[in-house]
Amino acid sequence: MPRQLHLSAALDSPGRFDAAHFTDLARLAERATLDFVTLDDSYTPEPGRLDALATFARLAPVTSGLGLVPTVTTTHTEPFHTSIAVNTLDWVSEGRAGWLVGVSDTEAEARAFGRRGTAPAEELWAEAADAADAASRLWDSWEDDAEIRDAATGRFVDRAKLHHIDFEGPYFSVRGPSITPRPPQGRPVIAVTVAAADLAPDAGPGGRARVATAVRHADVVLLDAPDRATRLTAATELRLRGGEVLRILARIPVALTTAAATADLLTEATEGGGGVDGFHLVPADPARDLAVLADHVVPALRERGLFRTGYTGRTLRDRLGLARPASRYAAAAATPATATAAATDTSAAGTPAAGTPTRSAATAEVTR
Amino acid sequence: MTDRPLKQIHLAAHFPGVNNTTVWTDPAAGSQIAFESFRHLAATAERGRFDFLFLAEGLRLREVKGRIHDLDVLGRPESITVLNALAAVTTHLGLAATVNATFNEPYELARRFASLDHLSGGRAAWNVVTSSDAFTGENFRRGGYLDRADRYTRAAEFVQLAREFWDAAGTGTVRHQGPQFDVEGTLSLPRPPQGHPVVIQAGDSDEGREFAAATADVVFSRHSTLAAGQAFHADVKRRLAAYGRKPDELKIMPGVTWVLGDTEEEAVERAAGIRRAQVSPATAIAYLEQVWGVDLSGHDVDGPLPEVDPVRGSGLVQGRTSLGDPLEIAAEWRAVAAAKGLSSRELVIEVTGRQSFVGTPRSVAEQIDRHVQSDAADGFILVPHLTPGGLDEFVDRVVPLLQERGVFRTEYTGTTLRDHLGLPVPGRR
Ligand SMILES: Cc1cc2nc3c(=O)[nH]c(=O)nc-3n(C[C@H](O)[C@H](O)[C@H](O)COP(=O)(O)O)c2cc1C
Repeated sequence: MPRQLHLSAALDSPGRFDAAHFTDLARLAERATLDFVTLDDSYTPEPGRLDALATFARLAPVTSGLGLVPTVTTTHTEPFHTSIAVNTLDWVSEGRAGWLVGVSDTEAEARAFGRRGTAPAEELWAEAADAADAASRLWDSWEDDAEIRDAATGRFVDRAKLHHIDFEGPYFSVRGPSITPRPPQGRPVIAVTVAAADLAPDAGPGGRARVATAVRHADVVLLDAPDRATRLTAATELRLRGGEVLRILARIPVALTTAAATADLLTEATEGGGGVDGFHLVPADPARDLAVLADHVVPALRERGLFRTGYTGRTLRDRLGLARPASRYAAAAATPATATAAATDTSAAGTPAAGTPTRSAATAEVTR
Repeated sequence: MTDRPLKQIHLAAHFPGVNNTTVWTDPAAGSQIAFESFRHLAATAERGRFDFLFLAEGLRLREVKGRIHDLDVLGRPESITVLNALAAVTTHLGLAATVNATFNEPYELARRFASLDHLSGGRAAWNVVTSSDAFTGENFRRGGYLDRADRYTRAAEFVQLAREFWDAAGTGTVRHQGPQFDVEGTLSLPRPPQGHPVVIQAGDSDEGREFAAATADVVFSRHSTLAAGQAFHADVKRRLAAYGRKPDELKIMPGVTWVLGDTEEEAVERAAGIRRAQVSPATAIAYLEQVWGVDLSGHDVDGPLPEVDPVRGSGLVQGRTSLGDPLEIAAEWRAVAAAKGLSSRELVIEVTGRQSFVGTPRSVAEQIDRHVQSDAADGFILVPHLTPGGLDEFVDRVVPLLQERGVFRTEYTGTTLRDHLGLPVPGRR
């Protein structure tokens, strides 16, 4: 079987505030069996938009296979709230949540919160890395089998399996544990957008900090590059630093107004795009372009054996060929199991952790 | 009573809480976190034509003796995210989230509630709570810096600012300078369908009641008995005039529990069984320790109350509302135990959280109606003891009787939560 592509798309629709619009887009994306969709967010007055994570929570019950990866920013928000919101998106989507990490670098956003001024990009991204770290530790702070419901002793949880995270950094500290049990995917998928220029030898401190965040915390990188050669260089560098488990998708704008545009996209996708695992499409008109994608591009890719014909597995991690990580605290504690522990009710919780403790294990959908 | 027309009852469904009211040992007890549990309760509430579904909040797991309290159900989702998901599988039900004013910022929260209101077609509500303990603060940037006295100062300015953001949404910028907040911002979305999402308040102190009278649409109270309910209702409604508000602009909804039986005796028996399940021996000890402030792990709960006196301010229990002065409570409990000949566990069962309404469906419907018609409440927030099916029987057996009495809607007549509560869309100021 030829190498399988990963495909995703942005649903950004400035000026749209109705659930029906986003539901229609999600249905198109699901018809195209995309890996996931993204939705951008910020606290700037323009463009007009709803809270991205809220919008994707609204889509979760009306979709079944599509990954949902909203932008959530880290500059003015509380890492604890972000962690439980992304965690909850994973629960309501039964394992299809991700988080596209963003920062707020405008004066307008700082004024809207009134808590601090703007800061240089390298500081914002260093803080974003800490927020991703703290959030991820909070996801791990409940071991998968913490809930025991042991009527004999009257204990609902085994508190040895709940952990304070005691995160301390220059920007904030968080004690933990989370108030929300470990999400179905263990850790929802973390994505970061990186530009090829951020990886260049002459990259500024902001770009370098962004790359450092991606390399340390991301499962998926959305890569901006002006041409294929630059993309290849950047992707190679990213893989060197982030390891083989990093999924790299080239972020490309599309406007599928003509047959020629559609053919170009198809050619690019078929040729693989230069060192990347697939493409993140940013449509000029999501409703129009996703329809063309679902009706023309994806069927052609399927015919060539390059893209899935249906969803297999349940979670976004399954889709991306990423293993479900074990809680870092479970590994650290390594206590003998409490023999009486009854199984946690995980009936709606996707695949349990069983025996896939490392980031590097790949599942069937990806064949490199 | 006067010959005024019958009051219409408002009903809300509380997702079973993170405390010992929620019985997890029952074979019918399901997941506290799976979306299906939330969907089930929301579907039941909507089938019963309820006003809204209500989610509580607790931002730090409770600790006892420096360790996580492990006896009660534990773990809950982030409320607003769950409600946005529920908006997809319901059509009329109001969706209320408890969110703390101390550990959030007005711009962000105004935007999140406005988004929920848009995504649900005008069904959002915000229960503004104000806890500010340093223990919870350890999970947040802000820490626990607020004085008790400042909680409502911040909350009042917070809500006022949120309303300014909602009013300006889609048309302009809010510039606000006050003691708590100095901000300038523009929401990236139009005014919410309800104008302002419904504001609920759940504090009980004098400042809390004043805050409710000034700004809330609904009060979630803990005064569920007839006499206490009437006193609270009168007190809070009396405060409204000072703010130019009419009595029916604020709905008072105590949180209540109930137990049904085919006969009164059966209901009483079921109620006692549920109380025993709610207060396991370990839970009885936890309650005693909360008052006594000392380690009582070796105490025999089937024997009398501890002989030692409680210790004030021990900090043994964290993240839980204080019950009051420990010495006074212990004296009170000892008197009750002596008068009724109760063991420690029986005493805890006796003095904590007895069910509000116990009886046949007909008698429970009558009790609920009587409370509302005699101004002990304008409606109730029903707290089931079982997740997720604990409301099913009430909707199947009690709601039809309330409808028969002509005091509860048989169909939704509007689409927004304000419609259900009979509250107008606020004008822009
Ligand atoms: C019925 C009721 C429900 C409450 N629910 C919550 C809750 O879910 N989360 C929370 O943090 N505080 C909750 N509170 C606490 C209140 O917001 C408030 O902090 C507390 O009552 C102390 O304020 P007071 O001194 O005005 O009573 C609740 C209070 C009442 C009376």
